[in-house]
Amino acid sequence: MSAVLILVPAFNEEGAVGRVVEEIHAAMPGTPVVVIDDCSRDGTVATALRAGAEILPLPHHLGLGGCVQAGYKLAYERGFDYVIRVDGDGQHDPNDIPRLLDALRTSGCEMVIGSRFIEGKEYTSFSRSLGIQFFRLVLRPILGREVRDPTSGFVGVNRRALEVFSKSFPLEYPEIEALVVLQRKRFRFLEVPCRIRPRTTGRSSITPVKSFYYIVHVLLGVLVNVLRLRPKP
Amino acid sequence: MDGLLNFATVLSLLLIALVLASVRRAHIRVEYSVSWLAGAVVLLVLSRSPRLVEFVAETVGIVDPPVALMLAAGCLFLLVFFRFSVIISKLRDDNVALAQRVAILEYYLRGKRDIAS
Ligand SMILES: Nc1nc2c(ncn2[C@@H]2O[C@H](COP(=O)(O)OP(=O)(O)O)[C@@H](O)[C@H]2O)c(=O)[nH]1
Ligand SMILES: [Mg+2]
Repeated sequence: MSAVLILVPAFNEEGAVGRVVEEIHAAMPGTPVVVIDDCSRDGTVATALRAGAEILPLPHHLGLGGCVQAGYKLAYERGFDYVIRVDGDGQHDPNDIPRLLDALRTSGCEMVIGSRFIEGKEYTSFSRSLGIQFFRLVLRPILGREVRDPTSGFVGVNRRALEVFSKSFPLEYPEIEALVVLQRKRFRFLEVPCRIRPRTTGRSSITPVKSFYYIVHVLLGVLVNVLRLRPKP
Repeated sequence: MDGLLNFATVLSLLLIALVLASVRRAHIRVEYSVSWLAGAVVLLVLSRSPRLVEFVAETVGIVDPPVALMLAAGCLFLLVFFRFSVIISKLRDDNVALAQRVAILEYYLRGKRDIAS
């Protein structure tokens, strides 16, 4: 039996994180859940503890990538074989975790992505789907294949990817760049259809105002990683 | 040209004074004051040697020596800024790694405390 860890990055998610942890426990009994707190100013930590999670408390705010990487470092150090990241805002359905894990185990891929587009239409905002379309186009020639949902944070990795990510992971808006980091290692990924739920509390960190900055930032990050790409030996 | 040169002299002297004062009060660490001081000294030297400015202007092909002086000063401080971006990025990387390490240690510590109690 291989060891699985569930990582939940959370920043000011007291309204959602408790339910997320409970749902994970229900879907994956006995699997440890670590909530990575990015120095929230609300009751995120207390809520997560009450729900039965362990806490990885960052001493100051790092942003999503630095937060997730802290979790990857911990998981790698503690010797876990598989890690599933579930957002603390409740948008990912923990009932999908077993399928992600299964795909990870049986496919041998280094990473699986819970993808919102494989089956029919799912919830996203208009600007978000524009952004996704754009990055699909950018990523296609780099990865040599299509990614349906490159911005998904519902991601599972195996130990090989864990080792790479604990050394090199983008600090902000990590999902898209992480794909290019994987490509650098010639790692493979697989998309698994998942339901992404609308937010019930809080709001997406990617506001319309920030999306321009997001696009430029991620494009630069992708470019930097592409420059480091090495041709196949 | 003379007015501009005098202005540049005053500016570089002020900059040197400001940087030295800040270093003395420990607002700037010595190692980070060096690029500012070097930049200010070069500006000072240029502003006191009109022939040098003219020479620079001619070699670069700028007709107007004052423009050459401004350009030289601009480039100089761009270099300083660039150096600081490199330093800040390194600091940021170290800082992130440190914060993550603190979080992980805190996590282990909590585990130990829970077992103890
Ligand atoms: N660590 C960290 N997590 C964040 C930050 N902003 C958002 N998150 C978390 O990242 C996850 C996804 O964020 P969200 O804004 O919903 O992005 P979206 O689902 O892609 O629209 C949630 O679990 C948030 O709590 C941040 O600044 N730092
Ligand atoms: Mg979300």
